Amino acid sequence: MDENVKIIGDTLHVVLPNSQHSVAFDSSLLKSEAEKVISSGQIRSIKYALAEGAQWNSLTLATIKGISGSADSKNIPSDLSALPVGVSKILALTKTTVIDDAGASETEPSNLFLVLGNMTLAAFDQAKELSSFIGLSLSSFKRFFLGKAQYQRSDLMAFIQATGPAALVIVTVVNLLLGVILAFMGAAQLKLFGAEIFVADLVALGHTREIAPMMTAIILAGRTGAAYAAQLGTMQVNEEIDALKTFGFSPMDFLVLPRMLALAIMMPLLVLYGDAVGIFGGFLIGTLMLDLGPIEYITQTQNAIGLIDIMLGVFKGSIFGILVAITGCKEGIMSGRSASAVGDAATRAVVSGIVAIILATAIFAVLASALGI
Amino acid sequence: MLNPNTAIGIKDLTMAYGDFIIQRGLEFEINKGEIFIIMGDSGSGKSTLLKHMIGLMKPKTGQIVYQAGDFWAASEEERKIASQRFGVLYQSGALWSSMTLAQNIRLPLVTYTNYSESDIKDIIALKLSLVGLAGFEDFYPSEISGGMKKRAGLARAMALDPEILFFDEPGAGLDPISSKRLDDLIIELRDGLGTTIVIVTHELDSIFAIGDRGVFVDADVKTQTALGRISDLRKSPPSPKVAEFLSRSSK
Ligand SMILES: Nc1ncnc2c1ncn2[C@@H]1O[C@H](COP(=O)(O)OP(=O)(O)OP(=O)(O)O)[C@@H](O)[C@H]1O
Ligand SMILES: [Mg+2]
Repeated sequence: MDENVKIIGDTLHVVLPNSQHSVAFDSSLLKSEAEKVISSGQIRSIKYALAEGAQWNSLTLATIKGISGSADSKNIPSDLSALPVGVSKILALTKTTVIDDAGASETEPSNLFLVLGNMTLAAFDQAKELSSFIGLSLSSFKRFFLGKAQYQRSDLMAFIQATGPAALVIVTVVNLLLGVILAFMGAAQLKLFGAEIFVADLVALGHTREIAPMMTAIILAGRTGAAYAAQLGTMQVNEEIDALKTFGFSPMDFLVLPRMLALAIMMPLLVLYGDAVGIFGGFLIGTLMLDLGPIEYITQTQNAIGLIDIMLGVFKGSIFGILVAITGCKEGIMSGRSASAVGDAATRAVVSGIVAIILATAIFAVLASALGI
Repeated sequence: MLNPNTAIGIKDLTMAYGDFIIQRGLEFEINKGEIFIIMGDSGSGKSTLLKHMIGLMKPKTGQIVYQAGDFWAASEEERKIASQRFGVLYQSGALWSSMTLAQNIRLPLVTYTNYSESDIKDIIALKLSLVGLAGFEDFYPSEISGGMKKRAGLARAMALDPEILFFDEPGAGLDPISSKRLDDLIIELRDGLGTTIVIVTHELDSIFAIGDRGVFVDADVKTQTALGRISDLRKSPPSPKVAEFLSRSSK
């Protein structure tokens, strides 16, 4: 038996050893020894004391609280009189502050069905949230076209500026490099057949139809979608959205609408610009490294793509822009009210934005081939 | 229907977050032109009650009735119009962070009034000087202190000359002098404009200095345990907890 736990008569004497942050004692041993005695029913009271010259701290308190807790449940009184005054005072305080946990949910044991069921329910909830958000956005757009939506034109201009012109550099760099990469990849294969000139076709078609809309949208998901989610989430935390509501402003019209409009307006323009930059990237490789003539490359490009290809890319871009706007604004406006909830909202906005873009790209690919576009 | 001297009627209100009931069976009326205090221990649901009154949360059961009628039975359009009649000062001020102080006050004014641009400018200057922030028109919320944000929030809440002003812990985060000034301002608003004022607060000094009537919501029994004139509640508290709260002594 632990030397700090002694039975004298029908009283259990518990001696608390020295406790400092650097010298912890084995509290679990002490507790289990004491509990063994308590449950054996040999004793009628417990007396606590501090060892000779020992210091006490929170661990001492927690240990006493643990032992006296199990003693209380057996109606064995605890005698704290031998302890320093501070100890008994603080212990008395812990008794009056009862945390009412009636509202806390119990943690159920998890099993496969439970996990699966919860996941399904969560997925349903998400789908419900998403569709109600889309519904709200549509009615907001309707008010916009009827001229009844309340928003600030200066906000719209600022968002257009932040979405389009401010993103030009990154859109330029990424599209240019993708044009270059596409040309290199194509050249490596086409050279085998002596058909380097078809690099122009590959770059023009691939870039306008697939790469430019998808990559521009992904850039905007990371740039603008995340920014929207963080802005709206922070406004949620600061009660700014509550304040809008109590003034009778609809947060959808006032906050979400201008952000969505900005993306819907700028996205097609950015895609068109991305097309040009990407094709220029291919042109650089074609003329400088593959020894194709500039005129030759340009004519080949002109013959390769038609208006339909460019329109398809721009249309896809617009849809992606709307997807980015929806995911960004939805996560932001439904964000929780803490710093970490805002971070989560921004992360979710980017992840679900990118997933939505890729999914939509796949659907477009299937549709385009079925329709023969 | 409410009697004509009543500003707000709370009828058998139950409030909940999901299935977690916060308070049930709340029943009281707030008279026009009075300063009504919502008291209670921490976590008892005072802020939640305020959110119900200003239309940010829907009652689980029961009604919140204004002169215009049952708030939640009205259409969204009617609720929007009703909410222009009240001003809210949030715990943190809740200023719109992308706008300057002047723009914060300007937005409700340009939206809901026909004042000319120069009138609006004058009104903004007036409201800011009322709360001791004259000259701070072009500051952004991030450029002023917490107490100043609160006062600017009050200036914005008063923008449309509301009939009812709601305050969530107006004194929190203010130094004693500003807090006293805010109390004086609240009384002046009531006396001068006849504004009905609803305040959530813990501060006994404030409660005794400005409160006319009040309600006490109890976190343990999850309902109201006291209602009436502050002076009466102080003289003969209906429960030991209310006595403890109002005298700040535990006996
Ligand atoms: N968003 C929320 N979701 C779930 N429960 C909440 C939420 N906000 C508050 N609660 C719960 O509602 C109860 C009342 O909260 P409320 O903020 O109204 O208290 P309060 O009386 O204003 O307290 P305090 O004086 O500390 O501000 C608390 O038990 C809290 O846990
Ligand atoms: Mg509160």
